[in-house]
Amino acid sequence: MRLLKLFVSANLLFAILTGTAIGATKIEWWHAFSGRLGTLLAEQVEQFNAAQSEYEVVQTRKGNYSETLNAGIAAFRAKKHPHILMVFEVGTATMMAAKGAIKPMYQLMDEAGVEFNPEGFIGPVKGYYTTTSGEMLSMPYNSSTPVLWVNKDAFRKAGLNPDMDLSTWQNVGKALDQLKASGSKCPLTTAWQSWVHLENFSAYHNIPFASKQNGFSGMDTELAFNGPTQIKHIQTMGDWAQEGKFIYAGRRNEGGKAFRAGECALYTESSAGYAGIKKEAQFEFEIRHLPYWDGVQGAPQNTIIGGSSLWVLSGHSDEEYKGVASFMRFLSSTVIQAAWHQNTGYLPVTMAASERTKSSGFYEKNPGTDIAGIQMTRNQTTELSKGLRLGSFDQIRGMIDEELEAVWSGKKDAKTALTSAVKRGNVLLRRFESSNR
Amino acid sequence: MKRQIYFKGWFLPVVLITPQLVISAIFFFYPAGKAIWWSLFNPDPFGLSTKFVGFSNFIYLFEDPYYLNSFKTTAVFSIWVTVLSMGLALLLAVLTDRLIKSAGVYQTLFIWPYAVAPAISGVLWMFMFDTQVGLFSWYLGLMGWKWDHLLNDTQAMAIVVVAATWSRISYNYLFFLAGLQSIPKSIIEASAIDGAKFWKRFITIIIPLLSPVSFFLFVMNSVYAFFDTFGVIHTITKGGPEQTTMILVYKVYSDGFVGLDLGSSSAQSVVLLFIVGLLTIIQFKYIEKKVHY
Repeated sequence: MRLLKLFVSANLLFAILTGTAIGATKIEWWHAFSGRLGTLLAEQVEQFNAAQSEYEVVQTRKGNYSETLNAGIAAFRAKKHPHILMVFEVGTATMMAAKGAIKPMYQLMDEAGVEFNPEGFIGPVKGYYTTTSGEMLSMPYNSSTPVLWVNKDAFRKAGLNPDMDLSTWQNVGKALDQLKASGSKCPLTTAWQSWVHLENFSAYHNIPFASKQNGFSGMDTELAFNGPTQIKHIQTMGDWAQEGKFIYAGRRNEGGKAFRAGECALYTESSAGYAGIKKEAQFEFEIRHLPYWDGVQGAPQNTIIGGSSLWVLSGHSDEEYKGVASFMRFLSSTVIQAAWHQNTGYLPVTMAASERTKSSGFYEKNPGTDIAGIQMTRNQTTELSKGLRLGSFDQIRGMIDEELEAVWSGKKDAKTALTSAVKRGNVLLRRFESSNR
Repeated sequence: MKRQIYFKGWFLPVVLITPQLVISAIFFFYPAGKAIWWSLFNPDPFGLSTKFVGFSNFIYLFEDPYYLNSFKTTAVFSIWVTVLSMGLALLLAVLTDRLIKSAGVYQTLFIWPYAVAPAISGVLWMFMFDTQVGLFSWYLGLMGWKWDHLLNDTQAMAIVVVAATWSRISYNYLFFLAGLQSIPKSIIEASAIDGAKFWKRFITIIIPLLSPVSFFLFVMNSVYAFFDTFGVIHTITKGGPEQTTMILVYKVYSDGFVGLDLGSSSAQSVVLLFIVGLLTIIQFKYIEKKVHY
């Protein structure tokens, strides 16, 4: 009996001591997805974990994009940070400037000896997250671009032809007049007003949002979105707001609630609204290109990406980085990216995923889901349409939101509001520049 | 009336107060000291590099019209919340003080909202008044009132004041009720016999005798309005249309954690520390003199 006890306890001890070494290496991933996107992300992680036993990825939702970034930063200061952090596109400048905190993608993949081809990513997506010398710093995960969502039933109810041309803001204006006249409570609403109607607007019309190629070529960039075209657009929207043709619902994507419930006829929002709209809309909807102002030279150029990329944080062991590299390769594989694109409305970030989707006939069965991709790649990107790289941008967006809200409520005209936003934002850009020099 | 307790020697007193000192040091002095230290720097968010900037963070703050405006906003907000929550609580306490039969029921119902944290209270009111799917905003719409606290600053201030006041009334009610019930009934009866009507009794007897409770609640409510209402602002307006509900404490969070500008945020904390310190000193020096114990 004593011998048996000894034998069992020796075995247990052996198992405990070696079990911790043999057990899967844990990799922590902090992200901002909930709802349908959260479910899909969890499925991807489960798939990876089930396919091998060396590494185990643990995903945690930390809140919305801003909250996730803050959680990551706070954790880094406390040295309790995850391996992978999902950072939205406007946090790119902040992450790029934090050289000691990040492990650049190209370095990670190189050191882990994992096959990685940055050229396989589509142009605008790759350009956003790469340095000017072509080194990819973070892994594009979900990239979207704004499109126009149309509630066809609402159009019919207002006596409009649901297939009418809505490619220019002039035509949209005519549709709004008719919708309002026929009693629609919400002819047009939007999500992410700064992203759609100023940042993307500028790129789409090939006009500068900020100097120094929108910040790509220097931290001494200054904001420039109070140009005549932008002022005209925001003033038009402000007039529509006063006339009840444009209903403001909030700074993020609160407008989605009303659109999915069938109350709004038109909605400018990310292509990734597809996941939620497909699930909840009980009306016939259609995806159209984002409108542009006819008569502006250079329009329509291309829209820029929104969404987020995955940043790998420094301070972990080589063994864990091997696992991270392996997971990154998994996420960027054609099968995963093609499925992600088809389920969510995010763009296929690799050309191979885009080809796979096209050849599988997905775009025929789901018309309009290819519009986001076409809108982004229809032209070669110019200096002004590659995207933005501005520091403290989440806060600057907050300032832009405030000034836009003043326009919607009629307190300020567009010129005053945009100029004020430019002035306030420039102060922050200078502070960012000085704290990162 | 002070009672002095004398200890022989110094060891026991030190041992008794050490736990409190340690807690104060860790949770109050250390963070406050760190905030004062950081307000002199302009650090990057990740803590990898910082730059000494002396008082320029403070200069930057006081040159910002939005920061100066948030002083006014905080004052307006705090006054409204304090006056409303104390006034309504006093009213309810006076009404239920005279009850005999269903006193327990009323008291329980009035005390319940205190269990609701400010953030939850904010979410509740936000849902009821949501501009698109809220119940009350729908009713208001039916009556012809367009409710939009996202764009209208008066409505934004109104909804955060209401949400912040609502759960606070219970706390004040509890104290006022206890205060009222500790007033000797003989005094009230004597003055009634002498012919004093209700309002005269209320103003000349009840209010002065309630003054210790009122003073205590005034201090507590001011602190609450300054600091604990963060949850309400964060869930409903996040600083409101164009920063019209941006109270000082929310701005500290907004600049520090959303804007990742830790230098400016620390400077704001220091300013807030001074303000509340000053407020407390004023309250104790001047108003306490008028309190009858």
